[in-house]
Order: sequence, then structure tokens, then C-alpha cells
Amino acid sequence: MSSTAKLWLLWVMVTLVAAAVLLTGMFYGGPSRATLLIGETTSGHHQIELACGACHTTPFAGPEAIEKTCQGCHADELKAAKDSHPLKKFRDPRNVDRLDKLAANKCITCHTEHRADITNPMGVTLPTDYCALCHQDVGKNRPSHEGLAFNTCATAGCHNYHDNRALYEDFLEKHAGEPDVKAKPVVALNTEKIEIEAAGEPLTTAAAADAPAAHRGGADVMSEWLATSHAAAGVNCSGCHAQDQKSAEAIAENWIAKPNHKTCATCHTMETATWLQGKHGMRLADNMLSETAGLYGMFQNRPLTPMRTEFARAPMQSKLPHSELTCTSCHGAHDFNTVKAQTDSCKSCHDDEHTRAYEGSPHHKLWLAESSGAAAKGSGVSCATCHMPRAWMEDESGYEEFLAANHNQNANLRPNEKMIRSVCMNCHGLGFSIDALADKELIKRNFDGRPSARIESIDWVMKRVKERGSK
Amino acid sequence: MLSFSKSLIASAVAGGCIVCGAAVATVTAKGVEYKDVADMLIAVMVADRTVYTKKVVQRLAAKQKVIKASEHYDDDKALPLPAQMFRFGAEHVADNTDKFSYSLLSLWPINKQNAPRTDAEKAGLKYVADNNGKNYYGEETLGGQKYFTAVYADVAVAKVCASCHNDHKDTPRSDFKVGDVMGGVVIRIPMAN
Repeated sequence: MSSTAKLWLLWVMVTLVAAAVLLTGMFYGGPSRATLLIGETTSGHHQIELACGACHTTPFAGPEAIEKTCQGCHADELKAAKDSHPLKKFRDPRNVDRLDKLAANKCITCHTEHRADITNPMGVTLPTDYCALCHQDVGKNRPSHEGLAFNTCATAGCHNYHDNRALYEDFLEKHAGEPDVKAKPVVALNTEKIEIEAAGEPLTTAAAADAPAAHRGGADVMSEWLATSHAAAGVNCSGCHAQDQKSAEAIAENWIAKPNHKTCATCHTMETATWLQGKHGMRLADNMLSETAGLYGMFQNRPLTPMRTEFARAPMQSKLPHSELTCTSCHGAHDFNTVKAQTDSCKSCHDDEHTRAYEGSPHHKLWLAESSGAAAKGSGVSCATCHMPRAWMEDESGYEEFLAANHNQNANLRPNEKMIRSVCMNCHGLGFSIDALADKELIKRNFDGRPSARIESIDWVMKRVKERGSK
Repeated sequence: MLSFSKSLIASAVAGGCIVCGAAVATVTAKGVEYKDVADMLIAVMVADRTVYTKKVVQRLAAKQKVIKASEHYDDDKALPLPAQMFRFGAEHVADNTDKFSYSLLSLWPINKQNAPRTDAEKAGLKYVADNNGKNYYGEETLGGQKYFTAVYADVAVAKVCASCHNDHKDTPRSDFKVGDVMGGVVIRIPMAN
């Protein structure tokens, strides 16, 4: 065989091996998969980017299949946001001509993944004047809008495509002229008592603990546990470490040293479900596999590992590499201190300007006053007050609503006007809230000071009211 | 904000105000005529809207005065207006089937998105406004699919229908009076090719 032929043969073989490695990486996952990403993922999905099957449910799945996965994770959130452009609006045949201009019945029309070069805030990959495609004649009915650039509709603090709960005209009119700080600044839902279902008899002594001797914690663990609402509600050691086991033998035999979020979900259903939707827990949601079983046993089903600080894109403390994020990362393993979980736990990982500026900020002072008992319940503002606020949320059946802390931190964050009604307006006027959230520097200072931004939407509404009144 | 706070015989706002087809539907083994299907659907819609208007809104808001009805029912802790209830039903249907769709439209819409868009909607709304007591039936092709489209007049049967629309800040018309056609219900059924 000539040397040229040998080189050809080598080239073909190397090509085939490389193709095989890449294809198995694509279909089954494993170490080569990270090199196969077709472009940087958005900040909303980067944690799960190696679980390709989360969105691409089958190889060569078309847009329809991807759409289903968008809805699978985001439908509830959109419903809760009273989506201004719900899919059903575009299912109506009378709007079919509009779909030719913009296929607004598909999430991926506006949110294309892996296209970092054209990705705008909120993961929007369309040119920012997309509103013009349907609302070009807005100036006819709103003279105040004549001549405004269409790329300002959703970027000037006036409108959002999906969530306008705090921005619609009548709401602006109703809340115009409110003071910057209300007379009774209290977060109403934080004053409500959350009822515990199926509470048992309180456990008050260490002797009541049913942990087997081999796993029994020290005095510190016992005192932490006895001080919790777990003990007060009759949740014994086996409640988390050996669920549903009654006898001492069964508890010892089925003892789990480190129960995971699925154990917590037994009682804290809404909290866990929402945590799995947010950036903290999404890697642990069902079917997030970095490797899928196949190829004669060469590949196994491997779920993604829990979130770690070094995976995050937001600035994090460098001293905590490799610490995995689970329920107990924030809540502790036995003390489940909700005060600590609402600020100190956040600060132990997050290290951005906004977080660093929290200590000493007006909100922090209020929080210290409340948590020390000096001020009324609900008057303090912790990290969780704004980022994991309590909310009434529908359970899976969609028939009942429950009050719980929404552990999907993003549900109340992007766009930040989402916070206005759920949080800000408990204590602040609407105009002040809109302005404050539009002031990026003020946000960095953790709201220490007054907003320098001025969003004119309320002024425009009141001008229209005045004009109407004079007719 | 539309708010039923007065004596408001809010009433028939919805129900009785839609003109129904009265002809007897013919159901055979082969199926039902498109027109009959549309007439059956409007009968159910009218019934539900009437019941909601009379048994809920009129009773609780107008008569017993225990709660208001408001366009911003959630914020105002009030009842949805009958027209909103009707629209939510249409949205629920859109979520669950593509075998038919319906909407409440007007030549003088408060929300501009509820103005007629297709030729059949324009013709139908004009027809029911000009021809008292008659319904409009037609066919149209949208996005390559042929539809049977029926339009039923939506009439201001109570004072409050007219006054709320007349006084709304976004209304393009403010001279409605009782008995006027204010809009129409458009029912659309995809036709077999």
C-alpha cells in the first residue's frame, strides 16, 4: 500500500472515530457533550445545557416538540403573570394573518436558544421593535404614543410582552399620586400564618427522638431539632430520615443519612416544586439527564448534579467552591432557621454589588428590627421578601391555591416589574416602585437612596384623564 | 373602569341580548348542518351568559348589593362583568379544542383588538346591525382552512349596557341606547375539505 493510500485510510478512520465520539456524545451524553453545544445558552438555561433532552426530547425533534417543553416548564408562570399575549389568543383563526408577520403562537419565534450573538434581555432574540408588527397604529388611539420608537415599548419601563399586571392603564390611574412610602408599610402575606397540614403531637424532649443509636445526633442536633416547627408539628427523626417506617428496626434498616429535596417535598410540596423551577434547583428537576442509557450498556442514565457556585454566571463567593446547592444549603440540616435562610444563606454564596450593599440598607435595617422583635411582623425586608416572596399558588390539579414561599427566584425577578405588585406595593407607591426598579444604580446600592429614573407612564395616564374630564 | 354599582338591572346584559336562530335543527345519522351547530352553540352561550347575569351579577350586585361587578374584578375583589365571563369561556374553549372558536366583537370596540378583522366579520357585524333580528351565516378561508362563520347580534337590552359603553374612556361611540346592536358573537367552525 502506498503511503498516500495509508494516509487516506488513516484519515478515513480518524474521521469515523471522531464522528462516532461526537455522535455518541450527542445522543447519549457523557464527557464529549460539552464540546457539542451549538452556541452559548441563555442565562435562564445554562445550568441545564448538558441535559439536551430537557428541550430536545428526541433526536431531530421538530419545533413542535421543543414548544411542548417550553410550556412544560413555563406555562404556570405565564398563567400566574396573566400573560398579555397568551398562546390561545393566537390560536383564534381570526388572527391567522398576524402569524404570518410574527409566529407569536410559538415561544421559539422570540426566544431562540444558543444564539448569544442576538440575545437581548429576557432571552429575546428578535429585533427589539417587534411590537410594531401588530401595533403599528397605536398612535391613532393614543396620541401620546405618536412618534415613539417601537424599540422603546418594552425597554422604557412602560410595557412588557407577557407580564403587565402592574403596568396597565387603569392600574396606573388607580394608584397615581400614592406616597413613596405608605402609611403602614407591611408585607401583608408575611403576616399570615401558614397552616400545617396533618400536624402531629408536639415533640418536646430529646428522649422522644426515634433515631437509631448508630445515627443519633449529638446534643446540638437535638436542641436544634427541638426548636424547630418540625418538632412542634410532631415530625420525628424518621419523618425525614426513614419516611413511613414505624418500628425501630425498620427505621434503622431504611435510614437515609442525607435526605434530599424529594423528602422535603413530602410536606413542602409547593416550595420544592417552585425551587425545581428556579435557578437553584432546576438541575435536579425530573428528566435532567447529562447521560442517557443506551449503546449496549456503555451509557447509563445520569442526572445532573446539584447546582454549585462555580456553575453560576452571577458573581459568587470564591471561598465556597464545590458546595452543592440543596434544600439544606440554605435551611440547615436540623435547625431549619428561616431567618437565616432569608438573608445569611443568600449572602454566603452571592457576591454581587446588590447583595453586598444589602447590609446597612434601609431594607436591611427594617429586617433587623423585625427579626429582633422590635418591629411588626411583615415590616422587615429580607432577600427572600423580594426574591422568594410568599404567594398564593395553584397546586398541580389547578383547583386549589396554597400560600407558600415561591422558591423559584426568577418568578418574581425578570422583568423586575414583576415585583411591583407582589412585593414593592405593600410598602411603596406605584410611581416610586416603577421608578426605583428602572434605576439600575439604585438597585446596585440596594435601594439606598431615591430613584433618579423617572418613568412617565403615570403622568401620561393622568394627562389623558385630565383631557377626558375637560371634554 | 366599568362598574355595576347603580340600580343596574345589569341583567340581560348578556343573555337575552343575543338574537338566537329559532329554526329546528336537523340531526341525522350523517351529521348536523354547520348552521345548526352554530345555532346550538349560541343557544348554550346565551343560556350560560343569561344565568350568570341574572343569578349572579344581577342578584348579588344589583339586587342584594353584596358585591360589585367590575372590569378589574380581581383587583377590585368584584365579579367579572358578564361580557368578560363570556370571553373567558371563549378562551377556555380555545385552550381545549380547535373544533370551533368564538369571540365577542364590535364595530365600536372598547378594546381595539375586538374590532372585526376578516371580511366575514366585517360583513357579518354590519349585517346584524342593519337587519334587526337576523343572523349572518357565511364561509371564509383563513390560513388555508375553510370556516363556516356565523354572526349573532349583541343588543343593548338594559340601560347599563349602553351607559357603561358610552361612558368608557376608550369607547369610540357614546350614543348607544337600549335596543341598539352593540356588537356580535362570531362563531367559527372549520369545514371539512
